[in-house]
Amino acid sequence: MADTVQFELVAPEKLIFSDDVELVVVPGSEGDFGVLPGHANLISTVRPGIIEIHENGQAKERYFVAGGYAEVTAERCTVLSTEAMPVDAIDRGAAEKRLEAAELDLRDADDDAARSRFEDAVGVARAMVETAGA
Amino acid sequence: MATLKSLRLRINSVKQTQKITSAMKLVAASKLKRAQNAAEAARPYAERMERMLGSLAGAMGGRDDGPRMLSGSGADQTHLIVVCTADRGLCGGFNSSIVKGARAKVAELRSAGKTVKIYTVGRKGREQLLREFSDLMIEHKQDIGRRGPEFFEAAGIGEELTALFADEQFDVCSIIYNRFESVMSQIVTYQQLIPFAVDADDAATEPEAGEGAYDFEPDETEILEDILPRNLGVQVFRALLENAASEQGARMSAMDSASRNAGDMIDNLTLEYNRSRQAQITKELIEIVSGAEAL
Repeated sequence: MADTVQFELVAPEKLIFSDDVELVVVPGSEGDFGVLPGHANLISTVRPGIIEIHENGQAKERYFVAGGYAEVTAERCTVLSTEAMPVDAIDRGAAEKRLEAAELDLRDADDDAARSRFEDAVGVARAMVETAGA
Repeated sequence: MATLKSLRLRINSVKQTQKITSAMKLVAASKLKRAQNAAEAARPYAERMERMLGSLAGAMGGRDDGPRMLSGSGADQTHLIVVCTADRGLCGGFNSSIVKGARAKVAELRSAGKTVKIYTVGRKGREQLLREFSDLMIEHKQDIGRRGPEFFEAAGIGEELTALFADEQFDVCSIIYNRFESVMSQIVTYQQLIPFAVDADDAATEPEAGEGAYDFEPDETEILEDILPRNLGVQVFRALLENAASEQGARMSAMDSASRNAGDMIDNLTLEYNRSRQAQITKELIEIVSGAEAL
C-alpha cells in the first residue's frame, strides 16, 4: 500500500490543494480526525476550523476551512468547503469586521431560517478570528 | 441614384459600426477566456460533490424516509422553472434560444395539466417572458456576476429555492440554461434540481469501485439534509458559469459575423461610390466636349 494519501481541498471556485500527503488532520463536526493511508471509508461533515497537512511528523501547511464535507477512503481524502484559504492569508482585521457584521445580522434576524443561517456565519467568522489570533 | 455625399456618409457610418462590433468581439473574446477558466476551475467541486452525493444516495438505498429534496414531495403538480439568461443583449440567439426553450417547456407542462411557476435570472429573459407569462413569474434576479458569477450569489439563489420548497411552493424544480459546447455552439440544457436525480451511471459505478460501505458522521440522513441545499447552490453556480461562458461565446461569434457583414457592406458601398464618381466625371467631360464642339 502506498504510504501517502491523495488529499484534495476543493472550494466552489477552484481546487485549492491537491497532492499526496502523509497525514492530514480534518476538523470533523464530531471531533478532529487524522487521515493516514488505509483509513476506513468515511463521509463526515466538517466544522469551521483548520486543516493541518503533516509531513515528517510536523505540520507543514495549515488551511482554514469554513465548514463543509469530507470524504475519506483508503487512498484519498477529499474536503469540500464553501470557503478555504491558507491560514497565513487570513486578515485579522477583516475577519473581525466580518464577525461584527454577522453578529449584527444575527441580532436582526426575524425568522428561524435566517437565524440559523446567520448563526452559521457567526460561527465561521469567529473561527476565522480565532485562527488569525493563534 | 444616391449622391456622392450621401454615399460617403453611409460608408463612414458603417465603418464606425464595424469598429464598435470588432471592439466588442475582442472584449467578448477576452471575457470568454476568463469565463471558461472560471467554469473549468469550478468543475472539481461539482464533480466531488456529485460523487459524494452518489455514495450518500446509494447508502440511503431508496429508503423513503430520506430528506424530501431527494425523494420529492410526493406530488408532481407544481413545477418551478429557473430560467437563466444574460443581463445584456447583442449576443446573437443566446437569450432568445433559452426563452424559446423555456416557452416550449411551459407549454408542454401546461398541456399535461401542471401548474408552472417561473423564476428568472437575468434581465433579458425576464423582459421576453414578461409579456406572455407575467402571472407565472414569482421571482427575479439580475446583475449577477458583472465580473463573472460568484459562488455566494448562486448559493443565495439555492437558499431561496430551498425556502420556497420548504414552504411547499412547488414540487419539482428545474433549471434551464445554455451549456457551453464551443464558441460556435451553445446547447440549451434543461436540468432537474429538485428532487435531486442521482445519475444512474454514478450510482452504478459505486459498488464496482470495491471500496465497500462508508461510515457516516453524523448519520447519512443528517448529512444529506445539510448537503442537498448546498448542492443546489453548486448546481446553480455551475449553470451560471456555463451560461456566462456561453454568453461571451455567443456574443463573440455574433460580433464576428457583424464585423464581416459590415466589411461586405463597405466594399459594396465603395464600389458604388467609385462608379458614381466615374460616371459623374464622364458626364462632366461629355458636357465640356460637346460645349466646345458647339462653338
